[in-house]
Amino acid sequence: MSIEVRIPTILRTYTGGEKAVEAKGDTLQGLIDDLDSRHSGIKGRLITDEGKLHRFVNVYVNDEDVRFLGSLETPIKDGDSVTVLPAVAGGAL
Amino acid sequence: MLSLPQEMLDRVVDHARRDHPDECCGVIAGRDGVATRVFEMDNAERSPTGFSFDSGQWLQVYRALDDADEQPLVVYHSHTATEAYPSRTDVLWSKNTEFGHWLLVSTRDGTDEVRSYVITDGDVVEEPLTIT
Repeated sequence: MSIEVRIPTILRTYTGGEKAVEAKGDTLQGLIDDLDSRHSGIKGRLITDEGKLHRFVNVYVNDEDVRFLGSLETPIKDGDSVTVLPAVAGGAL
Repeated sequence: MLSLPQEMLDRVVDHARRDHPDECCGVIAGRDGVATRVFEMDNAERSPTGFSFDSGQWLQVYRALDDADEQPLVVYHSHTATEAYPSRTDVLWSKNTEFGHWLLVSTRDGTDEVRSYVITDGDVVEEPLTIT
């Protein structure tokens, strides 16, 4: 099974400019590992050294933010769509 | 340099005043560097000292821009007790953004100070803001 992963402009340096790429996996973690095997380095932008989802990105499975699902353990099934966006934040401090 | 129609700037300032004392945040979309429209975003933090885009709303806006061949041009937000200058948090987050311009509104003491910045690799440079 192959899942379409939509990549934001800021990460397209890893995908040769492609807006969407294919990846395989039963969980989001597995999907990202598979993605990194063909787009080396992208995993480091999505997952921290401690193995958590990076706060600088939002990842959505079927338009739901995975922070409200199971984060990296979110199950992925055939027909799901995955979208990555840069998170946007800031503040006065 | 950032060039904005008066009505867009008015909308940003109005948003900042309405959300005061919490910070407001939003997007000005563009096409080929020319501002096209304003999206007021929900500040998921609802805080006087920070903002983050509501993630669900941001997905909808990002997709709408993509569909219309527009790009995220300006990210705007307010500082409600300090000057309109990027904070350390702003600079940290700027490294991970697709926005070319950071527009800041200060609403402290009832003033509306609006200034625009380009932040490249953590380097903050104020740019002229031209109203058309």
